[in-house]
Amino acid sequence: MKRTKRVLIAKPGLDGHDRGAKVVARALRDAGMEVIYLGLHQTADQIVRAAIDEDVDVVGLSILSGAHMTLFPRVLELMKECGAPDIKLIGGGIIPEDDIAELERAGVTKLFTPGTPTSDIVAFVEAL
Amino acid sequence: MADDLEFQDEKRRWLEGTYSSSPEDGRPFVTVSSEPIEPLYGPGDVEDLDYARDLGFPGEYPYTRGIRSNMYRGRFWTMRQFSGFGTANETNRRYHFLLERGQTGLSVAFDMPTIMGRDSDDPMSEGEVGRCGVAIDSVVDMQALFDGIPLGDITTSMTTNAPASILLSFYLVAGERQGVPFEAIGGTIQNDILKEYIAQKSWIFPPRPSLRIITDVMKFCAAEVPRWNTISISGYHIREAGSTAAQELAFTLADGMAYVEAGIEAGMDVDEFAPRLSFFFNSHVDFFEEIAKYRAARRVWARVMKERFGATKEDSLLLRFHTQTAGCSLTAQQPENNIVRTAYEGLAAVLGGTQSLHTNSMDEVLALPSEKAAEIALRTQQVMAYETGVANTIDPLAGSYFVEHLTDRLESQALAYFDEIEAEGGVLEAIERGYFQRRIADAAYRYQMEIEKGERVIVGVNRFSHRDERQDIELLKIDPEVENEQLEGLRRVRGERSEEAVAEARGELHRRAEGTDNLMPAILDCVRAHMTLGEIVGVMKAVFGEYREVPVY
Repeated sequence: MKRTKRVLIAKPGLDGHDRGAKVVARALRDAGMEVIYLGLHQTADQIVRAAIDEDVDVVGLSILSGAHMTLFPRVLELMKECGAPDIKLIGGGIIPEDDIAELERAGVTKLFTPGTPTSDIVAFVEAL
Repeated sequence: MADDLEFQDEKRRWLEGTYSSSPEDGRPFVTVSSEPIEPLYGPGDVEDLDYARDLGFPGEYPYTRGIRSNMYRGRFWTMRQFSGFGTANETNRRYHFLLERGQTGLSVAFDMPTIMGRDSDDPMSEGEVGRCGVAIDSVVDMQALFDGIPLGDITTSMTTNAPASILLSFYLVAGERQGVPFEAIGGTIQNDILKEYIAQKSWIFPPRPSLRIITDVMKFCAAEVPRWNTISISGYHIREAGSTAAQELAFTLADGMAYVEAGIEAGMDVDEFAPRLSFFFNSHVDFFEEIAKYRAARRVWARVMKERFGATKEDSLLLRFHTQTAGCSLTAQQPENNIVRTAYEGLAAVLGGTQSLHTNSMDEVLALPSEKAAEIALRTQQVMAYETGVANTIDPLAGSYFVEHLTDRLESQALAYFDEIEAEGGVLEAIERGYFQRRIADAAYRYQMEIEKGERVIVGVNRFSHRDERQDIELLKIDPEVENEQLEGLRRVRGERSEEAVAEARGELHRRAEGTDNLMPAILDCVRAHMTLGEIVGVMKAVFGEYREVPVY
């Protein structure tokens, strides 16, 4: 039997805009997944440590402050360093298309832009 | 009244007969806050409305029709575009650009490290410097930000909350160094920490010491900076976080009452500080609901200030407010449509009697505004002011059965929320128990589900879109070099100052933080000694501690 997906949702960096992260966390939970919502102002280190401790399949990060080109790569790097390269990293926020392409090339599994239905995110995570 | 009773009977007859003979198309008739809207309003829907008691005249109690007697016939609202990015020098160039194009006030957007009271070289700041606003580490940056802009001639609004006392001090000292005395300086700091715990989540210290800092600022400014608005009590972020219009109205006014109570508890007379309280609301896309919200806000605030707090000065009763169009209504898809949304939202704010307005740029859902997008946003206001004629008469929608009904409804919903907050033990207790946070998260989730079920149409997102759309508007790029440039400036400031003066200023701030003397004179001396934002916050953190939120979703 396929195990229930475990997803960690967090807000890295200093950005406090948590509406999107919370809506997505609730949608994933309502779809039957196990969701750990880590909350605001998390460092890459805290996120990766929690992801490993909680044995999650997917980490979802929301960034609206423009710091995405620093924070996503840092989390990816740490996941590799900590021997957890199988955990999938997804995310969303205010991220221009060019940056999305670059981050997805660097190893982020998927970035969602504003306006994405939560049902798309649920389906994507289910299929991972 | 007999006429009204008759109207209600006639309305029922019409609804069941004439109206129902043609079918509705099946879509839900609700506001953006999910409030039901009837097909028609008439005299019976505003039967309790008493003109003299509930509306009155502009500039007269209860100010429903406007806080000034002449409103926009005296002068237009202030066109105040929020802006900031990169270094102080870059933002200074944008300010000159906007002022040359007819903007009439300034509004500073700080980057996340500055908002959170951290220096650019703090480990948490990496990647965030100058990204979503301008980076300000010390008074030297603040001086560069306003280079060539005489601070005695312009008013500036600064979106800063947890470290507001320090950013205000940077501004005052920058003015001092231009030769402008404190009493000639005018502007606003947001300084509304309660809504940070509730919605925007940019806090540093726990609530109680935060309120002490705020009352220190209120006292200091009442005596020394009389033209400064010491708090801009903000519903904007509450709404952006997902609340309804009624929640935005109620939670904001409840925060306002909490500040008034804090001021009174700190030993001030209500009329000493209330005239310098101002408000900041959202303008979402539901046109009439927003207009009604502003009208209700003025009436409720005037009554609360007079009846509950016994204010006697007229200025204490006036709800002056800034409006920003709703960032959360903008779409990444077909971004040019955002120009249209913003124009409607701006119009609602003006018909609602705002004192100043920020119209969003079409690209804000993708990045910080480009020069072109920022100019269109400003032009949107200028077209409204100079071409449409909407500012020729005051409160033009008064007397509309629909608008008056909505105004009454929002007022009574706000009063019901006040009771709920009271039952939670007041604003601070309600924050600690997650009351606001839960309410807002519920409303945000419901709104999202309405969109996904297709009950709510967002043009270009869940209707009227096609598959092969690509963004083809030019976006503002922040040069990664900004961070290095900022770090270099910060090192220079630390290298060139007198450490003796720093130690002295630091010691005095620490002493005051532990005691009860006003913090502001000590913060000003720290600033004059070129202490950085993070260093000054560090002194206060050592005494006040840090806030931690229990996350709820």
